[in-house]
Order: sequence, then C-alpha cells, then structure tokens
Amino acid sequence: MDVPHHGYRATKPRARAAPPSGDPLLFEDTSSSGPPMGHQGYYSSGYSMSGVGGGVGNSGMNELFTDPMANAAVMYGSSLATQGKDMVNKEISRFMSVNKLKYFFAVDTKYVMKKLLLLMFPYTHQDWEVRYHRDTPFTPRHDVNAPDLYIPTMAFITYILLAGMALGIQKRFSPEVLGLCASTALVWVIIEVLVMLLGLYLLTVHSDLSTFDLIAYSGYKYVGMIFTVLCGLLFGSDGYFIALAWSSCALMFFIVRSLRMKILSSFPPDSVGTAASAKPRMRLYITVATAAFQPIIIYWLTAHLVR
Amino acid sequence: MAFTLYSLIQTAILCVNAVAVLHEERFLSKIGWGADQGIGGFGDEPGIKAQLMNLIRSVRTVMRVPLIIVNSICIVLLLLFG
Repeated sequence: MDVPHHGYRATKPRARAAPPSGDPLLFEDTSSSGPPMGHQGYYSSGYSMSGVGGGVGNSGMNELFTDPMANAAVMYGSSLATQGKDMVNKEISRFMSVNKLKYFFAVDTKYVMKKLLLLMFPYTHQDWEVRYHRDTPFTPRHDVNAPDLYIPTMAFITYILLAGMALGIQKRFSPEVLGLCASTALVWVIIEVLVMLLGLYLLTVHSDLSTFDLIAYSGYKYVGMIFTVLCGLLFGSDGYFIALAWSSCALMFFIVRSLRMKILSSFPPDSVGTAASAKPRMRLYITVATAAFQPIIIYWLTAHLVR
Repeated sequence: MAFTLYSLIQTAILCVNAVAVLHEERFLSKIGWGADQGIGGFGDEPGIKAQLMNLIRSVRTVMRVPLIIVNSICIVLLLLFG
C-alpha cells in the first residue's frame, strides 16, 4: 500500500519541473508554496503508517527502505509508470489536442455557481461577449461567458443517475435500461453536434466555434433536464410542465444570446455587400433552429421519466 | 426512440455508403450537381449548393477506401453473428 504511493510521489517533482506549455492562465500555479509542506506532511503520515523509524525527515525517499531490493523495485515501478503515462499521452494527443481540452475544464466553484444561475435565469445578464486575452479566449475561471465542458459532463452523469432513480420510483428499473438511457442521450448529443457542424459548414460561417464549443453548448441542456425531472418527481405532472416551460425559455434565451455573438457577427472579411443580404437571414435561421430544438429534446428525453 | 451506440454506427455507415454510391457522370451531372459545375466566381462566397457539391465530392474521394474495409468487416461479422 505504501510502495505505489511513494512511487507516485517520486514522479511528481519531475512532472512539475516542466511547466505547462505556454499558457499561464490555464491553471494557477500553486506549486511554489505547496510541495515542501505537502511532501513533508505526506512523508510523516507515511512514516507513522508504516512504522518506519521517524526522524528521517524529507531527505529523499531513497533512504526510506533499508532493503535495496525494495528500493530498486520502487524505482523500476515509477519509471514504468512514467513510460506508460507518456505513451498514453502520445496516443491521445494524436486524436485531439489535450491542451484544448484542458482549457474547457479549468473551472472553479464561483464560475460553476454563476453559470448555473445564468442557465436558469439568463434574463438579467448584460454582457454576453467572450473576453479575449492576447487572442486566446479567457479560461472559464476568468470569464463567465466562456463555454466549459465540466458542467455538461457532470450534468449528463447526474441526468443518467436521476433517470435511474425516476425509473426505480416507477418500478421500471433494470441495469439495461440505465445503459439504454445513457446511450440514447449521448447519441442525441452527437446527432445535434453533427447537424450543427454541417449547418455551419454549409453556410460558410467562419466563426471560432470549435467542436468542443458545440459539445459544450449542446450539453448545457442537461442542466435544464435535471431541473425539469426533479420538479416532475417532487410536484407531479403540473410541476413537470411548469418546470419544462421555464427551463425551455431560459435555455432558448441563453443559446440565442450566446450564439448570436459567435455566429451572427462573424462576417467574412471580403463581403462587399453582394451576398450579405441572404447570409444574415440564414444565420438567424440556424441560431433559432438550434434554440428551438432544445425544448423538443428536453421533452423527448424526460417525458417517459415522469409519467 | 431508444438509440444505442451500435445503431449510431449502423446509421453512420449506411449514410456514408449512400453518399458514396452517387455516381459522378451518370447521376450527379444529369441533375446539375456535378463536380465541374459548381465553381462560381472567385471572390464571392460559395452558396449552399456549391458547398454541398463540394462536400459530396470530398466524401466520395476520401471515404472510398475506408468504406471498402468497413463494409467488408460488416459483411463478415453479419454473416458470422447474424
């Protein structure tokens, strides 16, 4: 139990020596004051757990074991772990850039609270622009308008658990139904993202909406779904329809205001005005269609849970 | 509608197959969607029809070989496992 932990700790200083590639805003660097106290505290607790004599301090973990074989095993294990980690990272970064993904998960509690409030009540928010910092967008930590992937992921998982609970209340639960519900919701997200990508490509909208942005905006509806299902379970059928209406309106408003900045105002640089008359209409259509799709899918995915 | 991931894969394979079977000279040129009929002015934005023709042509070019492989795998698996 102790050996893998100390092996893990041995790789930590090496990982911290290489700073994250060029983006100081992504995660705040708390490593300057953290490790000495952290390591010391960890080592002392490790000592008390394993019963090795105290007083060795933090002079390095090589003197931890008196047995050289265990020492060698620890070093070998830690080097294997680093190799495995590097290989996995290399394979994954061939398909998607991990840095871009990290940007979407750089959130903190304040942002999550404000964003949830914004999703449920967006009518008083004034400024919907995503602020930029030297041409990368601000991380969600610094800008409440930035999309993130943390809330959609957590909301998706919460929705699946809630669906299981709702089906259990109606005595219709079985583990296969849970998997079916999860994959149905996932497939709808994939379909919506693909249709939006197709629509944006066909209308040659040169916005900076990446695939992850679209996944994020498409995943925000799960927050509305959770709220709707909860109200349906607590207050019966009337509560369900009221909550459905409320979260649909809030979500439609949120989507239209957020995407309006990105889609409707990203005109190509050389449009002299010949094709400009048709384009804003089509862009408006696609924004409104995206917004109108949300209540339909919320109803579709939650109606069977609240009978 | 309960979707599984398997049905999503099935739908994707069927749709891409459907786009790949559209023959260039026998069909697409006849209805005016050929690859050489879509080039409009240069400075102008390509319209939806030009983008769609471009998309069909690129799907047909890119997915030809992978589709052969994927279809063969599907045929073998469906024969074996029904």
